[in-house]
Amino acid sequence: MISVLNPGIYCTIQDLGRTGFAHVGVPVSGAMDLHSASIGNQLLNNKRTAAVLEIPFGGCKLQFEKELTICLTGADFNPTVNGELMALNSVFKVPKGAVLSFGSQRYGVRTYLCVLGGFDTEKVFKSRSYYKGVTAGSYLQKGEVLNVGFNEPLKQQSYAKIKVDLQHFLTNEIQASKGPEFELLSDKEQNTLLNTLFTVSKDNNRMGYQLEELIGNNLKPILTSAVLPGTVQLTPSGKLIILMRDCQVTGGYPRVLQLSEAAISTLGQKTAGDEVRFLLK
Amino acid sequence: MLNQLTYKTFGKNAILIEWPAIISEEILVDIIAYKSKIERLLKLQDIVVGYNSILLVYNFEIVKFQSKVAFLKELYFQKGVTSTIPGTHWRVPVCYDPRFGVDLAFVSKHKNMSIETLVQRHTKVVYKVFFIGFLPGFLYLGGLNPEIAMPRKKTPRLRVPKGAVAIGGNQTGVYPAESSGGWNIIGNSPLPFFEIDKITPCFAKTGDAISFESVSFDVYTSIKAQIENKTYQLKKIK
Repeated sequence: MISVLNPGIYCTIQDLGRTGFAHVGVPVSGAMDLHSASIGNQLLNNKRTAAVLEIPFGGCKLQFEKELTICLTGADFNPTVNGELMALNSVFKVPKGAVLSFGSQRYGVRTYLCVLGGFDTEKVFKSRSYYKGVTAGSYLQKGEVLNVGFNEPLKQQSYAKIKVDLQHFLTNEIQASKGPEFELLSDKEQNTLLNTLFTVSKDNNRMGYQLEELIGNNLKPILTSAVLPGTVQLTPSGKLIILMRDCQVTGGYPRVLQLSEAAISTLGQKTAGDEVRFLLK
Repeated sequence: MLNQLTYKTFGKNAILIEWPAIISEEILVDIIAYKSKIERLLKLQDIVVGYNSILLVYNFEIVKFQSKVAFLKELYFQKGVTSTIPGTHWRVPVCYDPRFGVDLAFVSKHKNMSIETLVQRHTKVVYKVFFIGFLPGFLYLGGLNPEIAMPRKKTPRLRVPKGAVAIGGNQTGVYPAESSGGWNIIGNSPLPFFEIDKITPCFAKTGDAISFESVSFDVYTSIKAQIENKTYQLKKIK
């Protein structure tokens, strides 16, 4: 059990997401940086589907109500346990009563707290990922107590750790393939789309990231059709919107690019002012 | 009816099948027939229907796109064509009281039409459910009488209540949950359009039909109470 001393902002429980319910309009959700969340579960020998806590901007303070085996992955916000600086991407035990908090940013945006056995919060439509209107919880609340799954001891007390490739956090290259409406862009528009260094706008969240630089275009809206996490929409005003994990299942703006799975995870570690460039594959 | 379809990759895991860009019941019938053939043969992660499209989301990376498309094309041309939609026709109660329909007066004035006529135009139509999107349980309905089409509001409201029945452009719909929204609100339906404790979280599906039925404030309140006590039976037509 873990008590929330300070909920931070927009901390959510996440897993691989809620697939199979798009036909009733339910978004996929899931960890924004699925890559980093998966590393934590692998190091702990958890199931792939184990739920983790997504912590943007190191904004929460938690207390462990019993001894737990944990692993922090993703963004580095100088995490401390009882004031002692902890390494990321390594498995360690925290004693009962210990307090986890975060300091200033070193890299990335979203940190993942992974626990042995995964978080055992409410499961709706086969997933624990928070989504307002689907799960009772939409964000972490002060005073909330999070249950942890069956804490089976690790087979080997290896205290595994790995060195992650920091390029995942530092690169500004975002891999993408052509979206269904890419070919409707003129050659010039395609070139601008692929050769501009874009800035992430302050309008960025789990639903989508808007970019600041505009792509003037004459594309007509499309009849409402499917969109996916990673779909890059182009609005009539020229604004690009990159849909993220909590995006709606359908949309009406032309879909010019589709991010790779890895690129969605990379973008999930970016915030306002960060720069990105699309790399067509 | 056979259409000229296009097949496109959409990311690494999905194939987008598109019909001509028209909103029509003929295309809807064709989409439903094709979708049911696909569902019978393929185990997919998700199938997302749009006005003129189906997205097939596979739970693996598609390596042989051309051979998958060849298979799908063959399936499309196989017999088993249905010319009618085997859906359910639901009766959806709506209270068009100004306490709910906060834009009724505005729409009535804009259309130079009495509220009574407006409500009559809205309830007289049998709407087709094309697909669900925007929010969990939000039905995209076809069939709004063009005489009561209304441009979306310039500034969307931050809070549209759950159950709000609204008109936006040439579309009408029911907000299944509180949300922001730019449509003109003309009433409220007490029915739940999205229930997380049900195996079928939304009672309606692609291909079903919906008729709105005007009910008084008292009837609305009574239905709401029945829904809370779980004694309310959804009404089907025919």
